Amino acid sequence: MLKDAKITMKKTDKAYCLGIESTADDFGVGISTFNGEILANVRSDYVPPEGGIHPREAARHHAEVAGKALEEAFTKSKTKPKNLAAIAFSQGPGLGPCLRTGATVSRALSSYLDLPLVGVNHCVAHIEIGKLKTGAVDPVTLYVSGGNTLVAAFEGGRYRVFGETLDIALGNCLDVFAREAGLRQASGMPFGAVIEKLAMDGEKLIPLPYAVKGMDLSLSGLLTAAVNLFKKGRCRLEDLCYSLQETAFSMVTEVTERALAHTEKKEVLLTGGVASNRRLQSMINVIAKEHKAKFCVVPSEFAVDNGAMVAWTGALAYMQGVVTPVEKSFVKLRWRLEEVEVPWVK
Amino acid sequence: MKPPVLMKKGAEASLYLAVWHGRKVIIKKRLPKQYRPSELDMQIRTYRTIHEPQLMHEAKMAGVPTPTIFLVDLKNASIIMEYVEGEQIKRLLNRVSKNERQHLCFNIGELTGLLHEYGVIHGDLTTSNMILNSEGKIFFVDFGLGEKNKELEARGVDLHLMKRALQSTHFRFADECFDAVIEGYASVLRTEVLRNVLDKIKEIEKRGRYVAERRERE
Repeated sequence: MLKDAKITMKKTDKAYCLGIESTADDFGVGISTFNGEILANVRSDYVPPEGGIHPREAARHHAEVAGKALEEAFTKSKTKPKNLAAIAFSQGPGLGPCLRTGATVSRALSSYLDLPLVGVNHCVAHIEIGKLKTGAVDPVTLYVSGGNTLVAAFEGGRYRVFGETLDIALGNCLDVFAREAGLRQASGMPFGAVIEKLAMDGEKLIPLPYAVKGMDLSLSGLLTAAVNLFKKGRCRLEDLCYSLQETAFSMVTEVTERALAHTEKKEVLLTGGVASNRRLQSMINVIAKEHKAKFCVVPSEFAVDNGAMVAWTGALAYMQGVVTPVEKSFVKLRWRLEEVEVPWVK
Repeated sequence: MKPPVLMKKGAEASLYLAVWHGRKVIIKKRLPKQYRPSELDMQIRTYRTIHEPQLMHEAKMAGVPTPTIFLVDLKNASIIMEYVEGEQIKRLLNRVSKNERQHLCFNIGELTGLLHEYGVIHGDLTTSNMILNSEGKIFFVDFGLGEKNKELEARGVDLHLMKRALQSTHFRFADECFDAVIEGYASVLRTEVLRNVLDKIKEIEKRGRYVAERRERE
């Protein structure tokens, strides 16, 4: 990313930033003002007929819905393309074909409308929209989704990762277990929600591997153990869902609490697709209270992958003069959170 | 006897400063965590309360200073141990001269090497878990996440976690610190073991998410 001299925002009719999100199974278009007003947040998620997300199939879905989603975003926000100041897009991390589809749409828009591009880090976007929507200023963030599980906090110009999964993501762990157990998902009822519902009828805690290593954690052994127990057929599925949730959530909560104690920050922000799980919310709420920190959870619409978070983060970056020239707009599949400077914070 | 004073409310346990039979002691109490089911909570707290003193004892045998254990109370998941008068490396490191910093890190590396050589993994090698006493000895504390393990994997993860901790807490000089740690570590271990551990750290880093080395392969 290039950093030019700070751009001072003049009062013009070019007052919005459009953001495109396409890191995984969601294609999202958001439109934000430079004050953090979200005018549109259009999402279209790809639900595979069976199995996990096939990157190519998801990318095909994104290409199909892109035009309609953009149109809908403009209609909903009552803005016109000529009112835009910048085009932001999720540049990474994520699935290659999906990212490339979003990047292609963004480059086309940027070139056609003659607007600057702003490449946004997906993880930074999750944190920024969380802060915007909950009023958190300097939180410890627990970001849990299908592709990411990390605890981060701002220090020295960047969001530093304090702890993360050493193998699979929490959402991925729940999804794979659900699929192995033959559960079905639907639009609006993802695997996480299916497991959460079953877990409510769980009565017995089945011992499963609990692996916290320093600030990091490991979930793959837990998943294997749960799947094996299911296949043996001696445990109730409800008990397994309950035990899987309790064990996995206890692990991420322990790591979050460690980060909270270590950084002594006064806010905890819960975001990402798994943030909508009530049980996880209640666990994080407990540690927040214990450390006299404010518990902030991002509303579902903005906790899952969405375009608004990209639009808003793009707006923040653009106001600092951060733009991405087209020749540097290639997607970054493994773009770590702490590689990104966030000059707009503090 | 004065009542115990809460000194530090950690994530995992609370530390109380108290006087016990005329000695200044630390009471480390693992309080129940309301967020997790009580069976799981009991299991984790008991396990860690048993293992921590054992590992601290092993560490001493390895030549690594750790607080002396006075009492282990399983029912209350608490440990009474010696109070080490000194300063946390975490607070010290950002303040001292470059020379002193390298000396401290070298020393930390040596101690880690001794620990690993003896088959003990600390499990949480952050600079907040190291205390420099007035005699210039570095004490390792908080073995709650440790284990007895001689495998390369565990040693690699232990050092990798230290590197990560340095990067998040002392990011301005994380690299020079870690280099000094490795120098100290190297001075203790046999060369072939050292080479294997260093290779392992690289491998673990590549296993991590979105790291540069992996990105280059794409």
